[in-house]
Amino acid sequence: MHVGLNHFLILSAILFSLGLFGVVTRKNTIMVLMGIELILNSANINFIAFSRFGSFGLTGQVIAIFVIILAAAEAAILLAIVLNIYQQLNTVNVDEIDKLKN
Amino acid sequence: MAQIDQNLIALALIVLLLPISGFILLILFGKRIPRQDLVETSFLFLGLVISVYIFYSKLFVLNTPKIDWTFNWINFGNVPIFGQLRIDLGIAIDNITAIMLVVVNLISFLVHVYSIAYMRNDVRYSRYYAYLGLFTFSMLGIVLTNNLLMMYVSWELVGLSSYLLIGHWYEKKSAADAGKKAFIVNRVGDVGFFIGILIVFSIMHTFLFKDIFAGIAGGKLAGPLLTTAGILIFCGAIGKSAQFPLHVWLPDAMEGPTPVSALIHAATMVAAGVYLVARVYPMLTAGALTVIAYIGAITAFISATIAVVQNDIKKVLAYSTISQLGYMVMGLGVGAFSAGVFHLVTHAAFKAGLFLAAGSVIYAMHHEQDMRNMGGLRRKLPITYWSFVIYSLSIAGIPLTSGFLSKDSILSGTLVYGKLTNNYIIPVIGYTVVFLTAAYMFRLIILTFHGEPRDLHKYEHAKESPFVMSGPLIVLAALSLFIFYSPNPLDPETGWFMRSVTKPTSVVPVDQRYSWDQPEASLPAVAGERGGRMQEFGGQTESVYDETAHNLHYPALALSLTLATLGILFSFGVYQWNWLDAEKLKKRVHIVYVFLINKWYFDDLYGTIVVGGTLLVSKISAWFDSHVIDGIVNGAASLTKAWSFASGKFDNYVVDGIVNFSAFFTGLIGAGFRRTQTGKVQTYIVLALLGFIVIFFAFRTY
Repeated sequence: MHVGLNHFLILSAILFSLGLFGVVTRKNTIMVLMGIELILNSANINFIAFSRFGSFGLTGQVIAIFVIILAAAEAAILLAIVLNIYQQLNTVNVDEIDKLKN
Repeated sequence: MAQIDQNLIALALIVLLLPISGFILLILFGKRIPRQDLVETSFLFLGLVISVYIFYSKLFVLNTPKIDWTFNWINFGNVPIFGQLRIDLGIAIDNITAIMLVVVNLISFLVHVYSIAYMRNDVRYSRYYAYLGLFTFSMLGIVLTNNLLMMYVSWELVGLSSYLLIGHWYEKKSAADAGKKAFIVNRVGDVGFFIGILIVFSIMHTFLFKDIFAGIAGGKLAGPLLTTAGILIFCGAIGKSAQFPLHVWLPDAMEGPTPVSALIHAATMVAAGVYLVARVYPMLTAGALTVIAYIGAITAFISATIAVVQNDIKKVLAYSTISQLGYMVMGLGVGAFSAGVFHLVTHAAFKAGLFLAAGSVIYAMHHEQDMRNMGGLRRKLPITYWSFVIYSLSIAGIPLTSGFLSKDSILSGTLVYGKLTNNYIIPVIGYTVVFLTAAYMFRLIILTFHGEPRDLHKYEHAKESPFVMSGPLIVLAALSLFIFYSPNPLDPETGWFMRSVTKPTSVVPVDQRYSWDQPEASLPAVAGERGGRMQEFGGQTESVYDETAHNLHYPALALSLTLATLGILFSFGVYQWNWLDAEKLKKRVHIVYVFLINKWYFDDLYGTIVVGGTLLVSKISAWFDSHVIDGIVNGAASLTKAWSFASGKFDNYVVDGIVNFSAFFTGLIGAGFRRTQTGKVQTYIVLALLGFIVIFFAFRTY
């Protein structure tokens, strides 16, 4: 079976859906962050797939590297925030972090 | 010569402005000036001196027939539809003006002097003098003007000051009413006057007498319209000179202070009407003159008959004034121009004197005016008595007096008119009035001064008036003698007056003149030119009128003398020597007496028709107002009320309902949507995703 663009896109869509599912359903902040990582990676797959099958040159791959870097930075910052939240509130449950409400 | 003319005009302006400056001074600072009376009186004295100078220069030095000074007041340029609209005003001095200047200033000055004593302790002393000044100013305005516009303005000002002075004692209801009556009755005549002025102005586009006369001579205005204009202008004279049928205000005007009656309602203001007729004389057609003559004759007769039965000393004099004014108007109407104006001048002197003397009597009798309570005053008031006798002889037309000269000329004028037209109604009336005049004047003298005092208490306290009051009486008595007017006591033609005041040349179309005024050879008439037809038309037309006049001179004289003597004898017979008993006489002619004592029922007639009619109209209007207009207003009010009630309900239920419902609805929706606002990020993401999917499917392009 020849592996074409559609296979990549389907994989990317599955990955995106799983990430989104994680973001929406999980209570734990860490798990939500992991869902976000999945979404970012599904986008990376899309970029690389279009880079491979499209006529855009290496632009897509370069953008993917940028995304990975950004994701790393984001993960670092978010983990720091989550740590701080945990120190302050003793919980990482997103439903309970509602200090700005009211 | 021109320089002297200019000087005279300037002096005339000063004479005109002196009284009005006195008026302004007294009205503004009256209370702060110590002797208000002397201010006006000295101003008037100055004015008198200047006018005597003008009089002398005009009549005896200059030979210019008329000094005219005109200035442009307003110039509108060329007005669409109307044409050239430019209003010139100015003053003119001719012989009549110069004479009238002296007459007005002299009488006014004497009245001012007289009032110092008569009006002393009056509540509104300074105001009284201020009004006298206003009056004198207005009267001089009438005398000096050379156009109809200023004439009309002064005319109304005279009416105003007359109103103010009649109502001087306005606390008295009768005085206030008399003022109103005088004002309103005068207004009736003035409407006619105004329409007449407008007719002339709309055709001539000028108010100047000389231009109007020139225009009429040029044929711009002729035929019935000219006659109508003349009669309408004469309407003003009917009002102001108290001619029939508007004579009713003058007797009531006697409610004013007696010096005012002398100045305004006897000597000057009422003469303004006669003066007006004299001014517009050239433009009066034979038709208009005939109307004027008849009005004058009717007036003279009616008022003379009423005067015979009056008991109030001032009322007798008032009716006698009306009667004499009737004479003047009649004289002008029949073409005896000089005689009419002459009578105006002589009458001013002796009638002012009569009123002042009557005032002196009233003053001495402590404001008693009823002759039935007087009598025997001859011994107490010798100066008043003798001057009164001179005035009475003058008004009755006895030789050696001024009244004889002027009255006799009028009467011979009427006789000539009667002879030339073969219509003797006017002369017959004229001579009847001679008898009546003599009779009522001497009735007045006998009842007041002769016989035994009827009110002893008042008689005891009566004493001769102070010199400021008797002085004017003496001056006026002297002026009632012939010598000031003519060297020949029987013939006024030899005097300066008849020489200087000549009949102005008529400018109306030849066929609209009196037959004897029509020149046989049709020579061009010179407009506004005074000074005899002798030079212009030669002897031919002269002869018809003058020959008749000459032939009738002595018959006329004899007739009037006889009738006047008979009148005097009648009064002596009835009231002094008791040949006839007055009471019995009264009973015998009871109907006539009642008719006369009710003043020919004129007041009742006007009361019924005019006042009653006005009241009826106002009642109808009041009914209309209270029922129809108020009904409409009230109906509108109820309608508005009902409408606002309905709209209030609409507001309460419908509008408020909508507002409340929308609030409720919003609340409902809000409550529904509040559920979605959980504050949970995941829920929002799900919803955003759902929204994204919905949008994605809604806008897909396959």
